[in-house]
Amino acid sequence: MNKLTQRIDKERLLLGIAAPLLAIVAALVVTTLVILATGKNPFDAFSDMVTYGTASDSQVYILNKATTYYLAGVAVAIGFRMNLFNIGVDGQYRIAAFFAAVLGGALTTPGWISIPLIILCAMGTGAVWAGIAGVLKVTRGVSEVISTIMLNAIATAIIAYLLQPGKLAELQAGGTVVSTKPLHSDAYFFQINTGPAGELWGFIFIAVLVGVAYWFVLGRTRFGFDLRTVGQSESAAAASGVSVKKMIATSMLISGAIAGLIGMPTLLNDSHQFSNDFPTGIGFTGIAIALLGRNNPIGIALGALLWGFLERTTNHLEFQGYDKEILGVIQGVIVLCVVIAYEVVRRYGLKRQQQRVGAELAAQAAAPTEKQEVA
Amino acid sequence: MRRVAKLSAACIATAALALTATACGSTSSDSNSSSSSASASGGGKGIKIGLAYDVGGRGDRSFNDSAARGADRAEKEFGGSIKELTAKTSDTEADREQRLTDLASAGYNPIVAVGFSYATSVDKVAKQFPKVSFGLIDSVATSPNVDSITFTEEQGSYLAGVAAALKTKKDHVGFIGGVDTPLIKKFAAGYVQGVHDTNAKVKVDVQYLTHGSDLSGFSSPDKGKEAASGMLDNGADVIYTAAGSSGNGAIEAVHGVKGAWAIGVDSDQYNIPGLAAYKTSILTSMVKNVDVGVYDFIKSVHDGKPLTGNQVYSLAKGGVGLATSGGYIDDIKAQLDAAKKKIVDGTVKVKTS
Repeated sequence: MNKLTQRIDKERLLLGIAAPLLAIVAALVVTTLVILATGKNPFDAFSDMVTYGTASDSQVYILNKATTYYLAGVAVAIGFRMNLFNIGVDGQYRIAAFFAAVLGGALTTPGWISIPLIILCAMGTGAVWAGIAGVLKVTRGVSEVISTIMLNAIATAIIAYLLQPGKLAELQAGGTVVSTKPLHSDAYFFQINTGPAGELWGFIFIAVLVGVAYWFVLGRTRFGFDLRTVGQSESAAAASGVSVKKMIATSMLISGAIAGLIGMPTLLNDSHQFSNDFPTGIGFTGIAIALLGRNNPIGIALGALLWGFLERTTNHLEFQGYDKEILGVIQGVIVLCVVIAYEVVRRYGLKRQQQRVGAELAAQAAAPTEKQEVA
Repeated sequence: MRRVAKLSAACIATAALALTATACGSTSSDSNSSSSSASASGGGKGIKIGLAYDVGGRGDRSFNDSAARGADRAEKEFGGSIKELTAKTSDTEADREQRLTDLASAGYNPIVAVGFSYATSVDKVAKQFPKVSFGLIDSVATSPNVDSITFTEEQGSYLAGVAAALKTKKDHVGFIGGVDTPLIKKFAAGYVQGVHDTNAKVKVDVQYLTHGSDLSGFSSPDKGKEAASGMLDNGADVIYTAAGSSGNGAIEAVHGVKGAWAIGVDSDQYNIPGLAAYKTSILTSMVKNVDVGVYDFIKSVHDGKPLTGNQVYSLAKGGVGLATSGGYIDDIKAQLDAAKKKIVDGTVKVKTS
């Protein structure tokens, strides 16, 4: 029996690794074909990606990008674990970053007061924005998919309305960029100077903390257990005394609070203001990364790093004369392959489990008949 | 057990495949990187022009194409080569910096950043490469080695407004802006003023395709088409679009309605081959001579006296104006010239917002 559990664990691990590996290899093959179809040499492209992507300044870029993407992935994954599809991460982080930037611009307090205040403001705003969808779902049964998509559009409109000169923003020199009041330099988050490679954003440590907290809360606490139970079966969870409505509302709030953090590395480490060129669409990237990482804290980290690597290297591929659209193709293919590979591997695992259980049952059934014959 | 073995074999095989793919790469990469660095240090013949486009890139038949024409002309006259990179809507500051840094470190000089979103990144990268000359379109940077090239779009748009007010039969015209940025609002302000100064009865609809930080309004012909159809249904019969490649969709929609006119932007869109099918509906274009700005800048670098500071290309200097291709505005030339004269001599002040 002991031997059997050991074998199952090993097999589960193997199956777990097989899916993303299969997906990435399949994506590699498809990408190769696409590049071949455009009449270029795919191996030159891959080699350029590897040499360029491992350069020291690229590493810094990738880590900085991955910090943002990791937070996005975790924000989405919290919903996924609960069977909630929080598409609204995109709007949540933008509106959170906007209000945090407005608050940050108004603060003149020392950094140890203003930085936590800005971060809390962002988390609060994100939580409130996601909470609207949570409340609608709990009280009115509105699908969170619909409500969060709508809230994304509303967030865009609210920001566009308030981000005007004379409202909460000001016009910058040159008359083309509108932004909120820049943060006081005390409110800049620390960064690590890596010399010519650039500045590594200190927010990466917050991202790691979020990852650890995510793992601990979901895997090691009663709350996390309840959350996963609701995700797997609402009726079973309700039967065992879990308040499903409360869990939905809470997990939406937490997902939104983490979503609020997504804009913070950019705001506190890079732009120090919210302008009309603040990056958009990271919430959707987060969905892809959470899928790729199977909602696992380490898997999401790998997915975020892969995404950062792809963006860095495909930017350079364009420089080398490849088509710039190749990035979209690779990313799309990876996500597709991931979904397909997971399903294939899951079905395969299920089949194997059934066969094993069948074999055990057959063995059990066979054993007594033997005894009977002996008797 | 056999199945586990099979499974692990499959895993090892895929891993090996992945590894060989990357291993193949690393060997050929050496020659690749050395060749690119050699060409960077060698410099090659003539001038090496680096162009970092805004969203849409070469082929948007509008703003970016105009910049491309300037660079093409410079390349033809001075010899040399052009390297072009294009922005994505998901760009962050780091991506824009990477693009400019890639160009600068590969030895491209001058480097032209096309579009206001490069303002901060140009400043930053220009400080890292003090010997490289940078050009920045539509915004102003402070570094001493940057030439900020700006245009008085409101003046050209004023003339477009005059033309629209004179050509409308329903006393109802429209303006479609790509994104509600201050830059595009300059277009709108000038246009509205031009219309009302000419005929106060004419109604002007103003619409922006996207808002705030969503810059996709500059590169979504479908959104342009939809907005234009809506305006046409509302009764507007002259529509001026300042929206990058989204304008292509608007022009297409206008072409579908008899008697309606489109006013193009940035390039002389009547003469753009990709829009040839709709050119009978293009009344005129508010030409923003980005190409002149780009060409002047590259020429100055070629001559060894790089332009710096802020070069303002106004109506008086021919930086903006109306295109006459197609001859559809020949009949109102007198009124347009009168309006132009008033702006140039200062009797009419065009608002920028």
